[in-house]
Amino acid sequence: MTLDYAGATAKYEPTLGLEVHVELNTKSKMFCSCATEFGAEPNTQTCPVCLGLPGALPVVNAKAIESSILIGLALNCSIAPYSRFARKNYFYPDMPKNFQTSQYDEPICVDGYLDVEIETDEGPQTFRVDIERVHMEEDTGKSLHVGGSTGRIHGAEYSLLDYNRAGIPLVEIVTRIVPGTGKYAPQVARAYVTELRDILRSLGVSDVKMEQGSLRCDANVSLAPIGSGKLGTRSETKNVNSLRSVERAVSGEIERQANRLEAGERIIQETRHFLEESGQTRPGRSKEQAEDYRYFPEPDLVPVTPDAKWIEELRTRIPEKPSVRRKRLQIEWNCPDKEMASLINAELLDVVEETIKLGAEPTRARTWWLGEISRLANEKEVAPTSLITAKDVAEIIALIVGGELTDKLARQVVEGVIAGEGSASVVIEKRGLKVVSDDSALMAAIDAAIAAQPDTADRVRGGNIPAAGALIGAVMKATGGAADAAKVRELLLKHLGQG
Amino acid sequence: MAAISRDDVAHLAKLARIEMTPDELDHMATELESILGAVKRVQEVATSDIAPTSHPLAIFNVFREDVVKPSLTNEQSLSGAPAKAEDRFKVPQILGEE
Amino acid sequence: MTNIHATAAQMADSLAKKEFSAVELTQAHLDRIAEVDGKVNAFLHVDSQGALSQAKSVDEKRAAGEKLSPLAGIPLALKDILAQEGVPTTAGSKILQGWRPPYDATVVAKLKAAGVVILGKTNMDEFAMGSSTENSAYGTTQNPWDLTRTPGGSSGGSAAAVAAFEAPLAIGTDTGGSIRQPAALTGIVGVKPTYGGVSRYGVVAYSSSLDQVGPFGRTVLDSALLHEAIAGHDERDSTSINAPVPQVVTAAKKLDVKGMKIGVIKELSGAGFQAGVSERINEALDLLVEAGAQIVEVSCPNFEYALAAYYLIAPSEASSNLARFDSMRYGLRVGDDGSKGAEEVMSITREAGFGKEVKRRIILGTYALSSGYYDAYYGSAQKVRTLVKQDFEKAFEKVDVLVSPVTPTTAFKIGEKSNDPVAMYLSDIATIPVNMAGIGGMSLPVGLAKEDGLPVGLQIMAPVMQDDRFYRVGGTLEAALLSKWGKPILSNAPELGGK
Repeated sequence: MTLDYAGATAKYEPTLGLEVHVELNTKSKMFCSCATEFGAEPNTQTCPVCLGLPGALPVVNAKAIESSILIGLALNCSIAPYSRFARKNYFYPDMPKNFQTSQYDEPICVDGYLDVEIETDEGPQTFRVDIERVHMEEDTGKSLHVGGSTGRIHGAEYSLLDYNRAGIPLVEIVTRIVPGTGKYAPQVARAYVTELRDILRSLGVSDVKMEQGSLRCDANVSLAPIGSGKLGTRSETKNVNSLRSVERAVSGEIERQANRLEAGERIIQETRHFLEESGQTRPGRSKEQAEDYRYFPEPDLVPVTPDAKWIEELRTRIPEKPSVRRKRLQIEWNCPDKEMASLINAELLDVVEETIKLGAEPTRARTWWLGEISRLANEKEVAPTSLITAKDVAEIIALIVGGELTDKLARQVVEGVIAGEGSASVVIEKRGLKVVSDDSALMAAIDAAIAAQPDTADRVRGGNIPAAGALIGAVMKATGGAADAAKVRELLLKHLGQG
Repeated sequence: MAAISRDDVAHLAKLARIEMTPDELDHMATELESILGAVKRVQEVATSDIAPTSHPLAIFNVFREDVVKPSLTNEQSLSGAPAKAEDRFKVPQILGEE
Repeated sequence: MTNIHATAAQMADSLAKKEFSAVELTQAHLDRIAEVDGKVNAFLHVDSQGALSQAKSVDEKRAAGEKLSPLAGIPLALKDILAQEGVPTTAGSKILQGWRPPYDATVVAKLKAAGVVILGKTNMDEFAMGSSTENSAYGTTQNPWDLTRTPGGSSGGSAAAVAAFEAPLAIGTDTGGSIRQPAALTGIVGVKPTYGGVSRYGVVAYSSSLDQVGPFGRTVLDSALLHEAIAGHDERDSTSINAPVPQVVTAAKKLDVKGMKIGVIKELSGAGFQAGVSERINEALDLLVEAGAQIVEVSCPNFEYALAAYYLIAPSEASSNLARFDSMRYGLRVGDDGSKGAEEVMSITREAGFGKEVKRRIILGTYALSSGYYDAYYGSAQKVRTLVKQDFEKAFEKVDVLVSPVTPTTAFKIGEKSNDPVAMYLSDIATIPVNMAGIGGMSLPVGLAKEDGLPVGLQIMAPVMQDDRFYRVGGTLEAALLSKWGKPILSNAPELGGK
């Protein structure tokens, strides 16, 4: 009888471990001055250093060190006063030197943590994920397999190598094992990677695009019978290319391992590959013997010993933690959970915040970005922020509040801005979108109110301003509450010579 | 010190990607053992209180600015390639590629 | 008339006075190479066209009145371990057959900028692993003093070229004595500068933490002129020292050692050294005393472990440095018949492309770094390195320079030690401690051994970045020896010319 996920976690306690590789967004490579831009012609962002030509020597990119320290600080790590690069020796054609320049026992950042919050059956719960280390290394080239299926004639199959990616700086962030997540292991894994991604984005050190491979996750999972106090043999699942996949890979692995254990089989310590379609994992190529990487200190590079002053300077540049900021903004904006989630999903938090900073009222700012602008962006299949600026949106909202634009007119202004007719004010000017018609409609209602209550109108004319309340109420009633009360008051008082 | 067997050398040759003949492995095992016999005397003085020196100079923090400089051209990059195709290095098929 | 027997300084003087042109001087050396290199086999590649064109450009600049550097127009032989754009660079190995680098080593760029004329690339032990050039894949170089003997190694080709008047200057590299030992065995001056004094960028790496580029010349002054031309900080080499180059030319001209303290290393004298070698060394020391120096005996008790440590450290680093020769990107490819995978072709190529000694050291280094043996071998060797450094530091507290014989014996017969690696390794016993500590050292010819009439070299060592000290002592001693015998030591070498 096979166990489903619930059955598996009822019997076994999973232990997680996560390794995340991040491509830094430096302009040049880790150890040479070649460009890092994505999508260049093959082997055109290559030089003697990143091609591993005989005689070439590496020199460390200062920005990569800085980014690594920023990451460490944001993850509450200690920054090592002394760290070194080491050579990890193994042969692979896409690795030009047949060793990877990496960090081994002397990484740049150690001993940090990241708290992540997930929804549990008992409500929100925070898990602390301990960070063991953050270290620097370099990426490999890319290989392309050419040729047909098995049994082809000699010479039909070969591989092609492009080293543009070789030497792009990578930072690897390794957690300690995360115990005690129970059945929530998949959600904790996802929440961790999500939070990490958001932090990296807020630091501006990486593009963090999982689909493009600038953020890659390997998930280690092991199981032990609940209450056994033991640690099972782990598997390492690679190629997990989306946040959803992180969650699926962990749960899939828990199920697989539980069923093996149920069948009395052993878990093999191995590398597995995540299959996007099925959500399962399959074993990687098994190695005849464990690799022996023969690490030793890289003799072509010198130790990194960042001084305390530099670290403190960098610390001042760490932005507010994204999850903390989200909570703060939600309270400040008085935003319902669901709407907040939509904003985060649509990646509109920054632009909404900016719009509000420019004076827009929070509710209107959220509504415009999530509503009309997102709808138009969807139609065009682009990001909402690429259509219109926070400044234009803030201006439009101010005009609505000021009564100079109705929602309907405002939509036309937005359309105009998106069509490239200019900024909001230019569009209003060009299209002549003044709120004349609405004023006249209001004026009609005001005239009617005055006619109905001539005595009250006289008292107001006589300087009894509070008496205007009755007239305003009548106008509001007449317009079904749709009119802007402030606007009505303004027009009324003006009409009665008190404006 | 355990003697160096042919299997030991075969393992090392595999790690080092050198396809040695059985004769060569035997010969290398003998030589390696004799060399190790001579060099193992480092252990006589290498006590735990001595810090290792991996580099002769005490230089630290050598960095370069994050500035892009011209790369080699594709032609230059591939100039030494034993085989090339489609602007890339052409190599025998890479097994075990995922 | 050009005189190939003149010193580089004299040639430079004649060029400046326009007594002959750089083209004439270059042609005279090309003629000499054509005449004698069939016997000596110093060159792997003669770049007549490149040399003449460089010479022509110097002549044109001189004619135009441009300010030229001191060595402009002087021919030079380049060890085949330095990358020179477009010129075959093999490092003495079959695995690099036909490789023409797309870039210049920093030293080559500096030589070109100084107007030095590069005649060609010289023979060497494969990847600088050896002490006789017998490990070259392209045949052995013969010692101009006796063609049945080796010129030493690994820079044997460069040393032989200078000793045979094929070039007034040459570049070598020294990892464990590869400049000083061949200089001693061929009766010329050879210098291993302080580690980091000369850029390693573009030098095919053997052992990164030990390798250093240095000059060969027939006089101390010539060596100093070349030393200054190639030395200095290089931003492409992280291990390059960012400090002013020691004033070695000034020091070479000083001819004064009054008051200097010279330490004789007890452990590198007496037993184990050929009697004729010790005798010449002692005579040289007497001359220094006559010149006003004070001789002090010092002890360096850990030097006896240096050789063993070297033969762990150098092979370990080499096993990693040489991993890049895998047939994927450049060099030899063997066994690619379409049926084999990349990994197999790599192994077949490396088997076919590397010589015996190289394979021996790769296997040894792989062993020393492998898990379970690292601490006992590589780790212990690094500790010995600390001890050797400390021995030097203590000795230099008492003296200004240290001296010893360069080699235990004069030049040995070709084939004499080639089947006994450990015996061959012993010829580096006096030179290796210098590399381990990163200091500089000079080999100065001090006469001929009585037994065999072959040259003897004195090693003069100074603390880090105090290279000027051994030029000062060397220059003074050279002058004293010249006045004692009335002619340079090299004038005793057989004239190889004439058909």
